[in-house]
Amino acid sequence: MTTGRQASRKAHPRTPGRGVPLALLVPALLGLAFLLVPLLALLLRAPWRSLPEQLTSPAVWEALRLSLVCATTATALSLVVGVPLAWLLARADFPGRGLVRALVTLPLVLPPVVGGVALLLALGRNGVVGQWLDAWFGITLPFTTTGVVLAETFVAMPFLVISVEGTLRAADPRYEEAATTLGASRFTAFRRVTLPLIAPGVAAGAVLAWARALGEFGATITFAGNFPGRTQTMPLAVYLALQSDPAAAIALSLVLLAVSVAVLAGLRDRWMRAV
Amino acid sequence: MRRVPEKPEKTPGTPSGPTAEGLDAHLVVDRGAFRLDIALTAAPGDVVALLGPNGAGKTTALRALAGLTPLTAGRLRLDGTDLHRTPPASRPVGVVFQDYLLFPHLTALDNVAFGPRCRGAGKAAARALAAEWLERMGLAEHAGTRPRHLSGGQAQRVALARALATHPRLLLLDEPLAALDARTRLEVRAQLRRHLDAFEAVAVLVTHDPLDAMVLADRLVVVEHGLVVQEGTPADIARHPRTDYIARLVGLNLYRGRAEGHTVRLDAGPAVSTTEHLSGPAFVAFPPGAVTLYRDRPTGSSARNVWQCAVAGLETHGDQIRAELAGELPLAADLTTVAAAELDLRPGAPVWAAVKAAQTHAYPA
Repeated sequence: MTTGRQASRKAHPRTPGRGVPLALLVPALLGLAFLLVPLLALLLRAPWRSLPEQLTSPAVWEALRLSLVCATTATALSLVVGVPLAWLLARADFPGRGLVRALVTLPLVLPPVVGGVALLLALGRNGVVGQWLDAWFGITLPFTTTGVVLAETFVAMPFLVISVEGTLRAADPRYEEAATTLGASRFTAFRRVTLPLIAPGVAAGAVLAWARALGEFGATITFAGNFPGRTQTMPLAVYLALQSDPAAAIALSLVLLAVSVAVLAGLRDRWMRAV
Repeated sequence: MRRVPEKPEKTPGTPSGPTAEGLDAHLVVDRGAFRLDIALTAAPGDVVALLGPNGAGKTTALRALAGLTPLTAGRLRLDGTDLHRTPPASRPVGVVFQDYLLFPHLTALDNVAFGPRCRGAGKAAARALAAEWLERMGLAEHAGTRPRHLSGGQAQRVALARALATHPRLLLLDEPLAALDARTRLEVRAQLRRHLDAFEAVAVLVTHDPLDAMVLADRLVVVEHGLVVQEGTPADIARHPRTDYIARLVGLNLYRGRAEGHTVRLDAGPAVSTTEHLSGPAFVAFPPGAVTLYRDRPTGSSARNVWQCAVAGLETHGDQIRAELAGELPLAADLTTVAAAELDLRPGAPVWAAVKAAQTHAYPA
């Protein structure tokens, strides 16, 4: 055991001349500290003693349940329309494709609050589409749980589309050609050949979208409001709690942190190793 | 499931061309500056090889036959049916792609069953048919194997089984042996030859390897720059190459000129004495092994063809040295390592090259 360790140390000696220059090391460590200290503070200041009590309060569970249900529904919605959209962007040739791709990625950089305002103007009771939904079907979307799902989908779907489109571009289109020569229609080729081939990319995109939806705040509060049990998701609950009951806010934040760490752990094979 | 596909039904009323059965194609594909324009006919049972250098348009021709690349003009008839506008999924065509393109997420069995399934067979029937094909290819025990766990030769046979399982009337093979290492290649080439012999419809294969073409095909179509430059049996093409490319492939020095009796006056350079008696445009060819090199001008030699040259390059060629010569007549000469050392051959060294008339071969151009 000891000899083995020594041998491996000899095999990878630390060359003093190849150390990290100070001019890079100092800012690097500063950056690292900047990213880690807030998380550390969250753990240090957590009301560990009252935590079980905090977390078992029905309000927390309601917010968590609502968050999980809405984020998962938004991810499912993103998959149903986002994967075909990614296929269109990657494989179909149509005029203005570059513009369409730019528009799809816009919500990535758009401030979520602006997204919420835009959703209100489109799907609000007096919105461009919303007024017809209300008049014809009696459907009102703002300030409902459905509204939360739509707001989260709006913000999260571009992550999925970009991820899946990238995977599709990297996938060999000739597999689709091979399927075609065997008698498969383009849809059959997509369903039976392409989709299984890009499944890892779709899964990664879905997790990314899910995480984004789970943390969504701005578009949700703007479009769906902040009603406990109906539209108050975890991030909204954290924000609200911070003004009245900081200990509760910390407890809720810890739950979200735990969920994020779990997601990252689930993705480590795909990203952490590749980098 | 039937083992042997039925003979194609003749469609009465359809005008029958010179080959109502089999392939009758004139492929014209424009791709920017490149234009493919080749005619291709074959009877059922024929194996035709498209042979040519990289970029000659062979693969484009194959893709056009499969419907993956649209024809700019021309015609495409198979067993009397016009396929010009038929989408690839509806063509009775099977393709073995260069790197096989076996679906990596499916087992060998499901890869082979994919075609029959897409063409309407039930799941169980498709799998039974696929199992039969795998057995015929000697792959029964690999039915449940994923493509990445198959050897190159096995993958090639699965790809062939997958293409044949839809009972195509036209089988296309794109560089079927290129992905294999030299040792596997020999074995797979012989197997493939047997399977092609057993195939009763038209097979067209594309290759840049003359040996593959000659072993696998009954007829060669040599394509250069998108055009057919020569067509014939392997033996005929090996004996009478008509372009530099083919001559190099079959290992011959080839020149074009005008024959007068036993002499062929070359278009570029000197005359060559031959044993054949010809007149008019002619080719003259001789193998590099027929060339003898001398440091000084040979005097007592019986060779009538003697040219002054300079060594342009040297490379080992099997256990011999091949010298590329420039000068009066650019040519390739093979000599032993000992001879090369005795002659002190170096790039730039002046040499005399001699070829006996009896070792040349002249034929009309």
